[in-house]
Amino acid sequence: MTALASRGRSTPADTRRRLVVIGNGMAGARAVEEILARGGAVQHRITMFGDEPYGNYNRIMLSHVLSGEEDAGGIFLNSLDWYRENGITLHAGVRVEKIDRFAKLVFSDDGRATPYDVLIIATGSRSSMPAVEGLYTPGGRLLQGVFAFRTIDDTQGMVSYAQQDHHRRAVVIGGGLLGLEAARGLQSHGVGVDVVHSGGHLMNAQMGPDGGAVLRRSVEALGIRVHTSSRTTAILGGDKVRGVQLRDQPNIECDLVVVAAGIRPNVEVAVTSGLPVERAIVVDDHMRVPDEDEIYAVGECVQHRGEVYGLVAPLWEQAAVLADHVTGADPSSVYLGSRTATKLKVAGVDVASMGLQAPERDTDEHLVFSEPSRGVFKSIVIRDSKIVGATLLGDSRKVAYLTQAFDRGLPLPEERVSLLFDLGGPGEEAGVAELGGDAQVCNCNGVSKRAITDTVRGGCTTLSGVMDVTRAGKGCGSCKLLVRQVVEWAADGTVDEDPAAEYYVPGVPLEKAALMSAIRDRGLRSVSAVFAALAPAGAEDAKSKMGLASLLKMMWAGEYIDERDARFVNDRVHANIQRDGTFSVVPQMKGGVTSPEQLRRIADVADKYNIPMVKLTGGQRIDLLGVPKEDLPKVWADLGMPSGYAYGKSFRTVKTCVGQEFCRFGTGDSTKLGIEIESRFQGIESPAKLKLAVSGCPRNCAESLVKDVGVVAVDGGRWEIYIGGAAGAHIRKGDLLATVDDPGTVTLLAGRFMQYYREHANWLERTYSFVPRVGIEHLRAVIVDDAEGIAAGLDEAMQRSVDSYTDPWAERNDPFTPGQFRTSLPLEVLPRVPIR
Amino acid sequence: MSAGLSGGGLHVLGPVDQIPVGEGRAYGVAGEQIAVFRLRDGSLRAVSALCPHKGGPIADGTIDRNVVMCPLHQHAFDLETGCSTTGAGPLRSYPVFADGSQNVVVRLP
Ligand SMILES: Cc1cc2nc3c(=O)[nH]c(=O)nc-3n(C[C@H](O)[C@H](O)[C@H](O)COP(=O)(O)OP(=O)(O)OC[C@H]3O[C@@H](n4cnc5c(N)ncnc54)[C@H](O)[C@@H]3O)c2cc1C
Ligand code: SF4
Ligand code: FES
Repeated sequence: MTALASRGRSTPADTRRRLVVIGNGMAGARAVEEILARGGAVQHRITMFGDEPYGNYNRIMLSHVLSGEEDAGGIFLNSLDWYRENGITLHAGVRVEKIDRFAKLVFSDDGRATPYDVLIIATGSRSSMPAVEGLYTPGGRLLQGVFAFRTIDDTQGMVSYAQQDHHRRAVVIGGGLLGLEAARGLQSHGVGVDVVHSGGHLMNAQMGPDGGAVLRRSVEALGIRVHTSSRTTAILGGDKVRGVQLRDQPNIECDLVVVAAGIRPNVEVAVTSGLPVERAIVVDDHMRVPDEDEIYAVGECVQHRGEVYGLVAPLWEQAAVLADHVTGADPSSVYLGSRTATKLKVAGVDVASMGLQAPERDTDEHLVFSEPSRGVFKSIVIRDSKIVGATLLGDSRKVAYLTQAFDRGLPLPEERVSLLFDLGGPGEEAGVAELGGDAQVCNCNGVSKRAITDTVRGGCTTLSGVMDVTRAGKGCGSCKLLVRQVVEWAADGTVDEDPAAEYYVPGVPLEKAALMSAIRDRGLRSVSAVFAALAPAGAEDAKSKMGLASLLKMMWAGEYIDERDARFVNDRVHANIQRDGTFSVVPQMKGGVTSPEQLRRIADVADKYNIPMVKLTGGQRIDLLGVPKEDLPKVWADLGMPSGYAYGKSFRTVKTCVGQEFCRFGTGDSTKLGIEIESRFQGIESPAKLKLAVSGCPRNCAESLVKDVGVVAVDGGRWEIYIGGAAGAHIRKGDLLATVDDPGTVTLLAGRFMQYYREHANWLERTYSFVPRVGIEHLRAVIVDDAEGIAAGLDEAMQRSVDSYTDPWAERNDPFTPGQFRTSLPLEVLPRVPIR
Repeated sequence: MSAGLSGGGLHVLGPVDQIPVGEGRAYGVAGEQIAVFRLRDGSLRAVSALCPHKGGPIADGTIDRNVVMCPLHQHAFDLETGCSTTGAGPLRSYPVFADGSQNVVVRLP
């Protein structure tokens, strides 16, 4: 095992107390941060042990890692540098096995005995494994394909297993918060999911049966199958998972099982060492283990006044109290327990729950509102005019106020119904106004109300702006609503909306579907007509022009009225603008294939026009860089080749491998198919660029798995089609859309997918976001199985676009607008791109 | 700003229809580079042609009734005043109009 940070040198002069922390999770690291914040480094030499071979990360974000929205590297809270800078010795990947309370030593599995003066136990918990037959191999390991959902390793294991193509179905055991998150996350890898839950309804720890029923509808609407009151009795398979057996329902076939059936505190170290353990390690109001002056415990491994908490908010409070005592900053500080209010987005559904789920006494009042078709459910339990419990699903507008009222026992309005709806009762603002400045609004990033209000008063008045500056709401996202409310309150209602978030383009206040239908209904065929009819005060908006132009061209194909001012300069001059204001020209080479004759012409042109750089692109094309705008028509004329699409939000190129013709492995003619696809779809506009590839066999020399649309020939003359791949700023392996028998079907389905994407994606949304957002299952149903009966319409719309294609380079001889190719460069020379 | 209508500060840049509606074109005027835009309502605007951010060609920008967006990094500038609405430095702005024979006339200080 490795000690990742440099070991703290014990120079004779160092008389600081030795502080040892067992557990490097959210509570352990938070406690250390709180201690450092109180100047604790002066008094303490800190050593941390962590079982996991990493620095400290945000466990909450694992759901996002599972769904692919975040990569594992992005969820670290403290980097290894942080430990180094703060002089903390970190033993990562080292497990503590025993504490000798009398000799004041901890023993770890690397054979080390570490002395301490003060000890903090923060060992957290682990997934609890139900007694199910077949869960373990005879060797005692989890059966291949079975995963817990607790650590980075668990999550990455799940992702790579789910991404293996023959793994198509998963069963999640447990229908609580974690189980639902796991189910949703797995879906984004194209895996079908069943949730098996032993309780009578989903999330029974947080809500009653009625709320559970509404949640179930919302979850099922996502395509997740739910089996409640259903117990898993065995995992089937033997060598690896092949299915699960249920008590009184038919078996479910699957390749992957995720166990999310509760957690169990990690108390082995405490038990072995003779510390008091009941459900978890017992601590007093100072977070100290009873009768132990120098041993503290914090986090999920702790039982305080009979309660064990499984959320982060309580452990933040615990860590602060602990730090007050360890550093002596505030010896009167006490932890009196937390009233847990859960505010989460579970599998995309807003869920808030606090206190009681249902009335317990005859005198308790109970307000319930249920609208299952919209996935909305609200229930509030009131005792002595105070809120003692609430559950809110699908509509969290009142969450901030209710949480406050619950936490503080605020008096309630006479008209109770205003607690459920905005009827002029205490509105959202009232709740936010009463939050203290220190109140933590974002738990993931520890952002207080004051930090947000200060930012707003500093002049930053958009929600997205405040989120960028403070990082509030950028963790798990569950507090976004509250962040918005605080921003609105602080800005006194003058919040600048960031409409780009919902609108297709910022200047026209409509989402894409509504925008498209308004355009169609009114027959708007030009960008200026759209502004005149649909923009506020009919005002044009420069930022919206390009997106609208692309949308209109897609919708109207040949009937689109092309206004050149709506195009970006690249699309006005059919070349890519460079940092020095010159352009680059990429002659079309379909499928990456060229000829000596073409090469000779390219070389001559490069000579004649003093092209500063000739370069091969990542898409197998030749780039002539540094062409002044006024030379473009001459360069094209001399090349005599059509435009290659290296610019614009459009179909770009099809990368190919050698394939069958020459390669000894090739099973399909990838070059031929690539050329066919590129010829067919050249110049097609789309919400963002589209890069394609065709490989002749699964060796994938054309890197087809990381393309917007990638095609791979497989044995038996068949072709696999992958969609939504990327290998740029974002890396994602495409999802398998279909395996088909002939190249014609490849072209058809690829075109149908691209048309669906053109009609449904947000402006600038790449397929790697679009495909997981919409879900591969849904796409497969629509595109391959024609579940919505729209396939013919998509094919036809694409055909119309293909038919209306004209070679933009033809404008070289006949400029479309006066001065189209006149220089816009100043006389003095700009910082020049270096010439190699 | 002292030059009157007859002053030496007036420069005739040629026919208005050299500039397509909704676009801009660059002109060299007495050693200065000026981008002239023809808005969709037919009116003209003139600002310096060099983006103060990193030297982008302003005349290649995208416009609406109020601003021009530089094509390189999308900084926006008010077409009347030249002030940036996105935190970049300002462009210079110049009085500009079309004369009786539909020629672009710009006035330099
Ligand atoms: C997928 C997922 C999603 C979640 N979502 C939310 C959410 O949205 N909101 C919310 O409030 N909470 C959420 N939680 C719960 C939250 O993550 C926990 O409450 C929190 O992590 C508990 O912190 P902890 O430090 O007590 O335990 P942990 O974070 O588990 O840290 C304990 C650490 O101690 C190490 N350790 C254990 N024993 C030893 C030993 N003997 N020697 C050395 N090291 C040891 C472990 O390896 C671990 O790294 C979620 C949890 C998961 C797994
Ligand atoms: S992908 Fe297969 S067929 Fe194509 S070049 Fe590589 S090995 Fe050959
Ligand atoms: S050069 Fe104009 S915005 Fe950067």
